Amino acid sequence: MSVRSTLPRSDVSAQGGAPPFGSVGMQDGATQGLASRTAEIAALDADLSARRAQVAQRRRLIIYALRLAFTVLWLGSWELSTRLNWVDPFFVGQPSGVVQRLWTWITEGTALGPLWLQAVVTMQEAVVGFLIGAALGVVFGILLGRIEVMAEVLSPFIKGANAIPRVVLGSLFAVMFGLSLWGKAATAVVLVFFVVFFNAFQGVREVDRNLIANARILGADNRRLTTEIIIPSAMTWILASLHISFGLAIVGAVVGELFGATAGLGQLIYNAGHTFDVNGVFAGMFVLAVLALIAEGLISALENRLVKWRPSRVSGEIPI
Amino acid sequence: MAGAAIELRSVTKRFATPKGGVYTAIRDLTMEVAPGEFCAVVGPTGCGKSTTLALISGLERASAGEVLVAGEPVRGIPQGIGYVFQSDAVFPWKTVLGNVAAGPRYHGVSNWDAGKQAKEWIARVGLAGFEDRYPHQLSGGMRKRVGLAQSLINNPRILLMDEPFSALDVQTRTLMENELLSLWAASSASVVFVTHDLEEAIALADRVVVMTAGPGTVKGTFAVDLPRPRNVAEIRFQPRFVQIYEAIWSQLRDEVLVSYERQKHAAAV
Repeated sequence: MSVRSTLPRSDVSAQGGAPPFGSVGMQDGATQGLASRTAEIAALDADLSARRAQVAQRRRLIIYALRLAFTVLWLGSWELSTRLNWVDPFFVGQPSGVVQRLWTWITEGTALGPLWLQAVVTMQEAVVGFLIGAALGVVFGILLGRIEVMAEVLSPFIKGANAIPRVVLGSLFAVMFGLSLWGKAATAVVLVFFVVFFNAFQGVREVDRNLIANARILGADNRRLTTEIIIPSAMTWILASLHISFGLAIVGAVVGELFGATAGLGQLIYNAGHTFDVNGVFAGMFVLAVLALIAEGLISALENRLVKWRPSRVSGEIPI
Repeated sequence: MAGAAIELRSVTKRFATPKGGVYTAIRDLTMEVAPGEFCAVVGPTGCGKSTTLALISGLERASAGEVLVAGEPVRGIPQGIGYVFQSDAVFPWKTVLGNVAAGPRYHGVSNWDAGKQAKEWIARVGLAGFEDRYPHQLSGGMRKRVGLAQSLINNPRILLMDEPFSALDVQTRTLMENELLSLWAASSASVVFVTHDLEEAIALADRVVVMTAGPGTVKGTFAVDLPRPRNVAEIRFQPRFVQIYEAIWSQLRDEVLVSYERQKHAAAV
């Protein structure tokens, strides 16, 4: 105890009455203190981030477990209630029956031919319709967004067309295009077009005035302004609409198939319904859902590539 | 004065308000800026300072009067104009390099040469090594530097600045002000620097123009005869600086009070 209390005093005397501020010794001490404090903070930070990663990992596991539990509960209760004949499997189907139907489709093919062929047919119709509809939507959205007179003249027509329940056009397209791919693709086009169009239009209207002024001052002509400022800025809006509209393209293709087709998942589901094969309907829906999810993943990947300039939501980089 | 870089002759600018009325932003404004001069414009909030810049840059057209740049009436955006905006105007989808290279590219310089020029300018504003970053990865001060390089790379004869540093913290601001002065000294550009901060105006400018409360017009003009090169951080302690400050403030104060009373009144109504 006594040794400790005398230590500071002997320290001061050792420095030989150095001035209290600005001495070299003091500065050295301060730098050392700062260095050790920085190291301490870094260690604390590392510790904290490791613990946080652990917590996040555990949380993810719990979420997956809960999802699994939910699936078991849902399919299990469905299976059980039909097994026990509380509800008639003839009307509501049965998970095991759906799996069986899928298996037969995969191994022996469907009534319309191999399953993969049906999937390819429907996806072809949806993708063609989606590409045409999205391209038209983007082009018209940007045109009308840029040219005010055009927007004013055409707006009542567009609003009117948008008010029509457009799936009924499928019957018209069936007459126009017969059983070919184009009838279904056209149905998909009219569904996709409006969603993409309105988003592109809005995106162009929402471009920051400051950015336009800046580009003009820097010497951008109208073409550069459109390609380098307007389109990149509207891209966020356009890409958001693509997510929704690919689902709509599939709706268009399937509905188109109902109005007349010889192949496709929609036709397959339609057939199953007509032969009271409820499990077949569910199996077809399942295949459609899987395909739609894959497409959604592809669009998300495209989005991440195209708008990599956007701040990520989980900030990987701390702004300096 | 035929040699003026910028000339405004009894310029009035009116805007249509959404309610169908007319709002006069500036009224009968006459001022000129000599070639190579650093001119600061101060005035209370809403006195039409930004509108003045918009008129010189050709982004807006005068309702009455004449705006001349290098002796030519302004129609469209004049050649050799640079504009640094109050808020961030760098393009968020372009990297630092892409942002700075935009000006030369728009003027028909090849991508390769524009990139080379841009790299030089990025180094000049102290951002070497940040070429591939996107604006959201930079701090506010760094984004301002990008904006400055973006304007200066075009070698403007006239640089318009609209409260460019008002969003920065005080330390960064002083740094940026000093850098602006050294960049400007290396060029021969005329600068019109709009600010509401009188200290900033005096520290930077050759001449300070005081505007009246809106609709704005010129209330007075003051020469700032402080020696250059200046250090913005220290110049404000010089007795001459304080004298000039007091002289300008005695005029500016009345206008600030008018503007303040008006705002209070508008809020009460």
